[in-house]
Amino acid sequence: MTESAGAQVAVEHSVVATDAGDGDPLTPLHPNYVKAVRLRTIVLTLPFVAGALILESSGQLPRGAFLIPVLLVALFLIVRVPLRRYHARGYQLGADRLRVVRGLIFNSDTVVPFGRVQHIDVHQGPIERAYGLGTLVLHTAGNHNASVALPGLAHDHALAMREAIRAHVKRETL
Amino acid sequence: MTDAAAVPAEDWRRTSPLSFVVTAVMSLRQAGLGVLAGIFGTGLWQEGWRYVVPPLLIMLGLSAFFSWLAWRHFRYRLSDSDIRVERGLLSRTARSVPYERIQDVALEQSLIPRLFGMTEVKFETGAGGKDEVRIRYVTPAEAEALRETVRARKSGVALPSGETAPAEESAHSLFAMNLRRLATFGLFEFSLVVFAVLGGAAQQFDFLLPFDLWNYRAWVDLIAGPGHRLQELGMMAQAIGAAFALLVLGLLGLLTGLGRTVLRDYGFRLEDTAKGLRRRRGLLNRSDTVMPVHRVQALKLTTGVFRRLWGWHGLSVVSLATDAKSGNHTIVPFAQMDEIGPVVDATGFALPGTHEAWQRSSAKHRVDQALLSAIPLGLAAAFVAFTGPRLGVPPATLALGIAGMAAAALLVLLRENFRWKHDRHALDARHLFSRHGWLAPRLDIASRVKLQSVEITQGPLARRRGYATLHLGVAGGSLAMAGVPLAEARAIRAAVLDSISGVDFSRLNAA
Repeated sequence: MTESAGAQVAVEHSVVATDAGDGDPLTPLHPNYVKAVRLRTIVLTLPFVAGALILESSGQLPRGAFLIPVLLVALFLIVRVPLRRYHARGYQLGADRLRVVRGLIFNSDTVVPFGRVQHIDVHQGPIERAYGLGTLVLHTAGNHNASVALPGLAHDHALAMREAIRAHVKRETL
Repeated sequence: MTDAAAVPAEDWRRTSPLSFVVTAVMSLRQAGLGVLAGIFGTGLWQEGWRYVVPPLLIMLGLSAFFSWLAWRHFRYRLSDSDIRVERGLLSRTARSVPYERIQDVALEQSLIPRLFGMTEVKFETGAGGKDEVRIRYVTPAEAEALRETVRARKSGVALPSGETAPAEESAHSLFAMNLRRLATFGLFEFSLVVFAVLGGAAQQFDFLLPFDLWNYRAWVDLIAGPGHRLQELGMMAQAIGAAFALLVLGLLGLLTGLGRTVLRDYGFRLEDTAKGLRRRRGLLNRSDTVMPVHRVQALKLTTGVFRRLWGWHGLSVVSLATDAKSGNHTIVPFAQMDEIGPVVDATGFALPGTHEAWQRSSAKHRVDQALLSAIPLGLAAAFVAFTGPRLGVPPATLALGIAGMAAAALLVLLRENFRWKHDRHALDARHLFSRHGWLAPRLDIASRVKLQSVEITQGPLARRRGYATLHLGVAGGSLAMAGVPLAEARAIRAAVLDSISGVDFSRLNAA
């Protein structure tokens, strides 16, 4: 069953990488990730916009002096940043390792070999659930990168990836 | 014996009856200071013994009663596959720890238990400090037997329940410190921590002091008297006074360092046994730890600003069952390199040889680091030079300030230059070496197959200049190399990953 799930992953995204080399193209995240990040940003910027509106209506400042910059920044954060973030992220599911690339300004490129995975979580928050997304989290024993998260996968794809990776993790007998 | 296995209730054991006395004394020691402070603080002691003795007796009784309750409701049992510990009166906790999950069995004797001839047994599971399973206070013989039984069960040799295993087999000594070495070590451990402790104590118990510590005027009065007289004695006497004060300070620092070192490392002995490296140390708190060799993830070779001038080094291990406590996994505190070599061999690691292909970090990274530290200093100096005269700061003060900042900037440049020359890393067939640091350089030795993950990170500056930081996941520690050229970082990652994916981690750490 786990093998078929692994095969399904490979077919779905046509990743037949045997070795996650640095030159190989990355698999992009699910397009819904952009929407999910936008929704999250809207929720986060809402208090600031509301605050700016209240300040504007109190008439203490020249008209729009505060509101307009706040709205512009919020618009940039909601429209532009999620898209760029989406393009900066990606992953590679190799035969024995997972590579996760992320970061707009501070770039990071992590590889976790399956032989070092202690346990695997698939996490789904309320916003992710609305868009049918999930986050795959690999836990390792290292103090650095104790957990490596890969958000923005289709939820059933994340589950399939978990099964595929679990097939590789040789568990200690309890 | 088979009967006992069939009736599990028979196997439950309690800790030594003496242990509740020990616990009571220990808790008294903690509560005692508070009670004394309360009695003195509230002025109760002025009311006569009638008001002082009853509270003390009640404290004593309560402490003994609760310790007894805790002892009465604590029991443990070694079954065939796990250790079970049950404790608690109102909320009962029953814990089971499979033998395979036990990384380490540590025996600890703190001062008070030691006076009563009691030992604490700690089973380290890698869960970290609080959640470790402890059996508090059994006799040393029982503790040793427990450890032997757990080890034997762990390695699959099933002893009948309740049977005690034979004592320690032959072991050969890897490293030991005699008194002379200990004293030398103590001198290098110069520490002024005693002043921090005194300061803290003064703050806690200032109500006991005969004068108000925080009253500035009182201090001025106190110092102005003799200080004034000193001034009359002239420059020479002042200089002598200052030198004397410095001498006392230095002497106190030396004594503190010596005292702490002797307390911690008296009778230090490291042995190579069949079960791993066994370390014994301590004067009042004697500790006895065994670290299985296959659980060693990496080694750290450290030194100090001054001790490196005489070639003294220390060696510690990064282990799977690392406590947060620092210095806990020091296996050689203070030795010359020729003594450290055999210990490194015993851990299954190797020191870098003569033909490693050492690589430097990127020169661009060093330049950027130097500029990042020096430019703010330069800007600050310029700001001071510009605004100082307008604000009427005396020119001498101004010059001194600017000179100070220039010196700091120069120091930063020197440091980066030194680190560019001396920081380096290398890969051999089994290890990854990284040497870094300025005044007290450090060598990290990691086993390639025991690494957990590899990450390459780049900030905006690093991306533009083509270098990266390489973070390697180590169980129980951290290892990162800054300013590695990007192509090389990728090459190291590929090499390390190839070593890793050949071997499964759980197989590496199976006993």
